Amino acid sequence: MNKKYNAFNSPTFLAYALIAPAAIYILAIVAWPLIETVRLSFTNSSLAGEEYIGFENYEKMLSSKKFNKIVVRTFVWMFFSVTLKLIIGLIGAVLLNANLRGKSIFRVLIMPPWVVPIAIGMLGWLWLYNGYFGIIAGVGMRTGILDGPFGFLAYKQSAFISTIVADVWVGTPMVTIFFLAAMQGVPKDLYEAAYCDGASRWNRFYKITLPQITPVIITMALLSAIWTFNSFEIIWILTEGGPRGATTTLIIDTYKMALGNYKFGRGAARAVVVMILLTIFAAIYLAILLKINKKVSNE
Amino acid sequence: MNKYTFFEKVFLYIAILIFMTFILLPFAEMFYASLRPLDHLFRSPYQFYSDDLSFWAYREMWNTVPMLGRYIFNSLFLATCTALITLIFVIPAAYSYARFNFPAKNFSLYLLLAINMFSGAVLLIPLYKLLKTLGLLNSYQAMIVPGVAFLIPTSIWLLKSYFEKIPIDLEEAAFVDGASRIQILRHIIAPLSTPGLVVVGIYAFIGSYAQQFLFAITFNQKKEYMPIPSGLYEFIGYTSVKWNEMMAASLVGIAPVLIVFLFLQRYIVEGLTAGAVKN
Repeated sequence: MNKKYNAFNSPTFLAYALIAPAAIYILAIVAWPLIETVRLSFTNSSLAGEEYIGFENYEKMLSSKKFNKIVVRTFVWMFFSVTLKLIIGLIGAVLLNANLRGKSIFRVLIMPPWVVPIAIGMLGWLWLYNGYFGIIAGVGMRTGILDGPFGFLAYKQSAFISTIVADVWVGTPMVTIFFLAAMQGVPKDLYEAAYCDGASRWNRFYKITLPQITPVIITMALLSAIWTFNSFEIIWILTEGGPRGATTTLIIDTYKMALGNYKFGRGAARAVVVMILLTIFAAIYLAILLKINKKVSNE
Repeated sequence: MNKYTFFEKVFLYIAILIFMTFILLPFAEMFYASLRPLDHLFRSPYQFYSDDLSFWAYREMWNTVPMLGRYIFNSLFLATCTALITLIFVIPAAYSYARFNFPAKNFSLYLLLAINMFSGAVLLIPLYKLLKTLGLLNSYQAMIVPGVAFLIPTSIWLLKSYFEKIPIDLEEAAFVDGASRIQILRHIIAPLSTPGLVVVGIYAFIGSYAQQFLFAITFNQKKEYMPIPSGLYEFIGYTSVKWNEMMAASLVGIAPVLIVFLFLQRYIVEGLTAGAVKN
């Protein structure tokens, strides 16, 4: 290799210089605020000013029964939402992977919930959930399942379920598309060999497709968990965390505390809890990703 | 491979129909509601049939939501600015990741992925104070500045994989022939990477459209800068919501992003899932 080629390939300085603008931007808008949040959580910061108060915010938060309930509720909400997304996404991917007429149109038609701003989609869901005039209550009343108007977002339990359904609606397209892409990446000769051996369709799915796409399923489970955990708009627009706190998750609680009441310090303490949980998710995700990549490069 | 029997086909189509109904029902119902007169909508229980459908709501909504045109413009303007600024930061960084080897390269790439997971909601408090200090609250910048930060990580990953597809030999040959880096960039990289730039730009555009709620309701109170989601959200709190007009305005508001997506859906879906398929 001549000298010029080497000079072309390894100018570390240039490499860093090209990355610098993006890196500095992210440091200023993401990394610095993360650190600042931690600092604020030890103060009683509000619009009036701030003072260092040690662990008082944390003590108050952790000793409050309400907060503990919110943490548990967040995980229950997330568990149901992610599980449903994965199951429906897997079924959807199998259906769209079938060699049928019109499959390419179906593949485009599942994307709108992802493309459209969540807030706009939720305006639609608000109307669907309307207890008097909405189509869901309407079908319920006409079929006799409901014996009168029913405000889905007005009662604790039904609001909890309704927000999960809306969240599943938003998240399912991405999950489906990723599963579908993974299924199409499974080598065809595996199926042909199994077919020649007389394996049934279910067996081929269970013994070939499922193990082959397991890495993607795990990845998507974690990604969906993170996205669901972060979900704000869906609950905010449908219920604002109500009725009587029934749909208040950690993110909603943090937002209300910090920007509804301008108690920045107490809000920051909640944000730190969110950060710690997200860091754990992210660490697991990255560890799995690295493991999968290593496995792929070894093969 | 074996073909489907008639009954299997019927079963599959019914299953797809149920799946699609779940996905598309809200949009279908939004459109249907936008065509119906208000007094038909306000009948309980729900009426499935209306005989006087019209596009009346699409004319009336401009009066009910006086600044609707401005909101739509704001949405497009914000999304375009955010996408362009994102590209300015992302192009050099993605090129660097695609072409050079340097210490901490992989580590920083994965760090970017991790950053992606901290949603804006966690950072709102310091961002609010930061924007307040800079005097940027209640302006377009209040929504663009944080918006760009959260689009940079994924965009770098996407564009990096496009740059990697351009054969490095071309650049090396030009370099050996004495071309400067700027010349290489202008005559080789730029033309060959245009499709990739378009896809990443569109991704950022759609992503920015999606962001236009949280940052918009938190950092901006001024009506003249509101994008369509936060603009319409204000009207939902009213006691008597004109649902047909709200639905019409929503559909008109999301039309640009849907159209852009329809034209480029294949590239976007391919780009986003590329990482997953490789594994």
